[in-house]
Amino acid sequence: MKRKDFLQMSAMSLGAIMIPKAFLLGRDIDPLEALNDAMDVSMKKQLADVALNAAKAKGATYADVRIGRYLNQFVATRENKVQGVANTESFGAGVRVLANGCWGFAASDNVTRENIARTAERAVAVAKANAKIQGEAVQLAAQKGFGDVSWKAPIIKSAFEVPVKEKVDLLLAANAIAMGGGANFVNSAIFAVNEQKYFASTDGSYIDQDVHRIYPTFTVTKIDQANGKFDTRRSLSTPVGMGYEYLTPSANEKVGGVVTRYKNRYDMLEDMRAATTDVAQKIKAKTVEPGKYDLVLDPSHLWLTIHESVGHPTELDRVLGYEANYAGTSFLTLDKWQTKKFNFGSKLVNIVADKTQVGSLGAVGWDDEGVKCKEWDIIKDGTLVNYQAIRDQAHIIGEKESHGCCYSQSWADVQFQRMANVSLQPGKEKRSVDDLIKNVEKGIYILGDGSFSIDQQRYNFQFGGQTFYEIRNGKIAGMLRDVAYQANTQEFWNSLTDLADKDDYRLGGAFNDGKGQPSQSNAVSHGSSTARFNGVNVINTARKI
Amino acid sequence: MPILSKEEAQAILKKALSYSKADECTVTIGGSEGGNIRYARNAVSTAGDISQMSLGVSSAFGKKSGTATINEFDDASLEKVVRRAEELARLAPENPEYMPLLGPQTFLESVTYKNATAAINPDKRADDVAKSLKVAKEGKLEAAGYLENTTGFNAMMNSKGLFGYNRDTDVTFSVTMRNQAGTGSGYVSKSYNDTSKLDTLALTKIAASKANGSAGAKAIEPGKYTVILEPLAASDMLGNMFQGFDARNADEGRSYMSKKGGGTRLGEQLFDDKVTIYSDPLHPDLPFSTFSGDGRPQKKTVWVDKGVVKKLAYTRYWAQQKNAEEQPPANRMVMEGGTKSLEDLIKGTDKGILVTRFWYIRNVDPQTLLLTGLTRDGTFYIENGKIQFPIKNFRFNESPVIMLNNVEELGKPERTGNMIVPPMKIRDFTFTSLSDAI
Repeated sequence: MKRKDFLQMSAMSLGAIMIPKAFLLGRDIDPLEALNDAMDVSMKKQLADVALNAAKAKGATYADVRIGRYLNQFVATRENKVQGVANTESFGAGVRVLANGCWGFAASDNVTRENIARTAERAVAVAKANAKIQGEAVQLAAQKGFGDVSWKAPIIKSAFEVPVKEKVDLLLAANAIAMGGGANFVNSAIFAVNEQKYFASTDGSYIDQDVHRIYPTFTVTKIDQANGKFDTRRSLSTPVGMGYEYLTPSANEKVGGVVTRYKNRYDMLEDMRAATTDVAQKIKAKTVEPGKYDLVLDPSHLWLTIHESVGHPTELDRVLGYEANYAGTSFLTLDKWQTKKFNFGSKLVNIVADKTQVGSLGAVGWDDEGVKCKEWDIIKDGTLVNYQAIRDQAHIIGEKESHGCCYSQSWADVQFQRMANVSLQPGKEKRSVDDLIKNVEKGIYILGDGSFSIDQQRYNFQFGGQTFYEIRNGKIAGMLRDVAYQANTQEFWNSLTDLADKDDYRLGGAFNDGKGQPSQSNAVSHGSSTARFNGVNVINTARKI
Repeated sequence: MPILSKEEAQAILKKALSYSKADECTVTIGGSEGGNIRYARNAVSTAGDISQMSLGVSSAFGKKSGTATINEFDDASLEKVVRRAEELARLAPENPEYMPLLGPQTFLESVTYKNATAAINPDKRADDVAKSLKVAKEGKLEAAGYLENTTGFNAMMNSKGLFGYNRDTDVTFSVTMRNQAGTGSGYVSKSYNDTSKLDTLALTKIAASKANGSAGAKAIEPGKYTVILEPLAASDMLGNMFQGFDARNADEGRSYMSKKGGGTRLGEQLFDDKVTIYSDPLHPDLPFSTFSGDGRPQKKTVWVDKGVVKKLAYTRYWAQQKNAEEQPPANRMVMEGGTKSLEDLIKGTDKGILVTRFWYIRNVDPQTLLLTGLTRDGTFYIENGKIQFPIKNFRFNESPVIMLNNVEELGKPERTGNMIVPPMKIRDFTFTSLSDAI
C-alpha cells in the first residue's frame, strides 16, 4: 500500500488516529503463536553465513544480511465499540552488498539456505548492473566486527504478552470517561511493535537484537451543533521504546501544572478526564489576536519543532542532495559547518543526537549496518558542530567512523541514514516552568503537538498545538484557540532565552518519520525541557466557509 | 508468479472457501510485481525489484468476525489460514456494525491493465532513467529522480457467491532538477497506467527549464494574490478535500461537510458553479477497479455538479442507519475544466503568481479545511499576461473549499498523480510568509 493511500484510509476510518504503515504490511497472526515460533539464533547465524558466502563468491567486497521478524499489534476503539484488533507478523531476510563499488540490495520472505543464497546473488547482480551508471565508488568507513553479541530493550513487560482483553478494557474505560464527561466522540488505540532483528556482516559481526515500542493514544471530539463547530484534544502520551509498563501510572513520573503531563509512565484515564475538560473549554475559548508573542513550549509540543527544524536539516544525506526529489535538501550546507562558527541558535541551545537513551524510540545496541550506537553533539552552545552520518558518508565530514544511525523499517527495505534521537539539553540552572511563565508579559503557553509544516530546506515553519493558554503579566489568563506560529529556523532558535532544568526534561516522538523513495518509516524520540522563545509571529487560523 | 489470471485466482479462492465452517466467509487474494530506480547527484542511488502475493480470510460467526492472512498457497496452508480466521472470530467481541455479506454482483469489465506497462523490465527502467540523466549532464544541472512501475491483481470471493477479479498497471516518474549554484530548482511528476505515454526526456526538460528559470528569485510581499495553479499544484490542494466526502463524519458533525444544526451539506451549493467533479472506473486516463474492497460495484459517479454536492460516500452500515443509498468511496477523481492551455491562462492575467507545485501540506483546521504548506520548485510573478521574473517561495494558509469558491477560470484538465485536474486561475489566494528555501 502506498503511504498516501494508507494515510487516507486511516484518516477515513479512524478519525485523527494514524496507524503506522507497518501495521498493514505484515500478515495477521495469533500473538501467542508468534511468540512460540521465533527462529533459533544459531539457525539465523548459519543462514546469515550462507548469504554472506554466496555474496562473496559472486564478487561482493562487503555484504550484510538482516534476518528480521516484525510483530505489530493494533487495538482500536471508538466510544463503546472495538473497531479492530490486528496482529501482524512479517518475517524475511534482506541482503545488501557492495560490488564494483556500488550498492545492491535484494530481499525475500522465503528464508531457506538455498533461497537466501539466491537473494544474495540477486543483490550482487543489482550492484553490478547499477555500477555501469554509478558515479564515484562507495567509500565505506571501516568497522570492526563484534563477534556474537546481543541487545535487548530493557522493558519490564512485553505488550505482546498482555491479553487483548486487558487493552480493550483499558481503552473502553477511558472512552467511558470522555462520554460520561460530555464529549460527543472519542477514538482510542494502542499500537505495539516488536522488532526481532538479526544482523551479520562480512566484518565479522553477528548481532541479535530485540526492540520494543508502544504508543497509546486517543482523540476526544466535542461538537457544538447549534454553532456548527467542532474541536478535538488528543492525548498527551507519546510513543516510547518501552513495554506495557508505560501504561502503569506512577506519581513520580507526573509533572503538575495547568494539566498533568507524563514522563516514563502514562496515566491514560487521568489524561482522558483532563482532555474531556480541555476540549469543552477549547471549543468556547477566545480566538487569538494575531501578532508577536513570547512562546512557552512544553516538551509534548517542542519535540516536533526539534524534529522538523533541527533533526531533518542535520541529516547528511539531505545536505548532500540524496533526498532532493522527495523530502528535500537542507539549509545547513557543508560550507556553514566548515566555518565551525555557524550560529544556529542562542547560547542555551545544546543539541545532542543519540541512539542509546533508555526508553527512547531510537535506542538500540547497534545500528542496521553493525555500528555500535553512541551519543554525539550536533549543536554546541548555539553553534553547528556536526551532522548525522552513516558508514558511506563519514569520509565526507572527515570522520573515521559512522555515527551509528543507519536504519531500515523492515527486512524487505534497504537500510539508509535515518534520524537518531535529537534532543535539546535541559538548562543547567535551576528553573521551573513557573519560573519561566512568571517573567512573560504577553505570551502563549502551548502543550501537545498539532498541525506541522516546514519547507524543503527547513527554513520556514508553521506549528499548531493541542491546547493554548494565554500568559498575561506572568500569569495564565485562560485558554485560546485558532493559534499557529510561523518562524524561520535560525531566528527561532536564536530567540530561545529561557530553559527549564532537568527535572522538567521529557521525551516526545513519532512512529512515522518518513523519508526515502519508496518511503520508509522511522521511529524517533526528541527530549527537552520547557523552553521560552521571544517575539514569535502568531497567526489566527479561523476561517469561514 | 504473483500475477494470477482470473481462472487461477478463482481456483485458489474456491479451494480456500471449501475449508470454511463459519456462518460467513470472504477470501481475497492479491499480488504485485514491479521495480524502481532512485537516482540523485546525477547517479543511481538505489534500485529494487519487488514481488509479493498474499491471501486473506475473513470469517464471521454471527456478528463476531476475524481476519487472517498468509503468503503460502498449498492446500495445508489454505486450510490453516481459514482455521486461524475462525479462531480469531470466535475470540473477537461482537461488532454491532457488522453487515451480512453481499450476494453475487455484476461488475463492469475493467480497463486498468495495459500490456506495455506490465512488460517494463529493469533494462527499460534503466533506459528511461538514462534519458533523464542525459538532460541533466548536458544542461550542467543536478538531477534527483524516481521511477517506479507496478503490475497488480486483486480477486475476492465470498460464501454467498460473490466473485470479482481485477488487474492493473501503473508507472510513476518524478524528477527534481537543480542548478549547480543551488539557486534554482524545477520538478515534474507524472503517473500513467499506460507506459507508452511516459516520456522521461521531455518531462526532464520541463524540470530543467524550471530549474534555470527559477534562479535568482526576487522576494515580494506575502498577501492575497490571484494565482495560476498548474495541475500538479491544484491536485496538491484538492487531494486533502476528498476525504471530507464521507457521510458518517459529516452526519456526526465533524467535517466541513457537516451542516450547522445537524445533517450534511449534500445538495448544497458548496463551490463555484464552474466546479464539476466525478469519478469513473472506465476513464481511459484514470481507471480504477470496477468493484470496491467490500464487493460493491463501482460505476461513474458525479460528486459535485456545477458547485452542488451530489454524493457522499456511505458505508453499507451507515447507509442502513440513515436509510440512504450506498456509495463506495472513490480515490481517483476527475475535475472538469475548459479548453485553454496554461499559457492561455497566463496570457489573460494582469497580475498574478504562477505556482508549479505545493509542498508539506498539512491540515490546520478540519472545520474549514484550512491547509498550510509552501510553494516549491518554480514560483513566478506574472504581469500583463507574461511571466516577468521568478519569486521566492511562499507559505500559504488557504482552504481548498474557499479556493473553489474563488475560481476565475479553468484550463484543460490533465492527469497528475491519481487525479485529473485543470490548471486553475484563483483569486484571493492567501500567502502568509516568505521562505528562503530553493
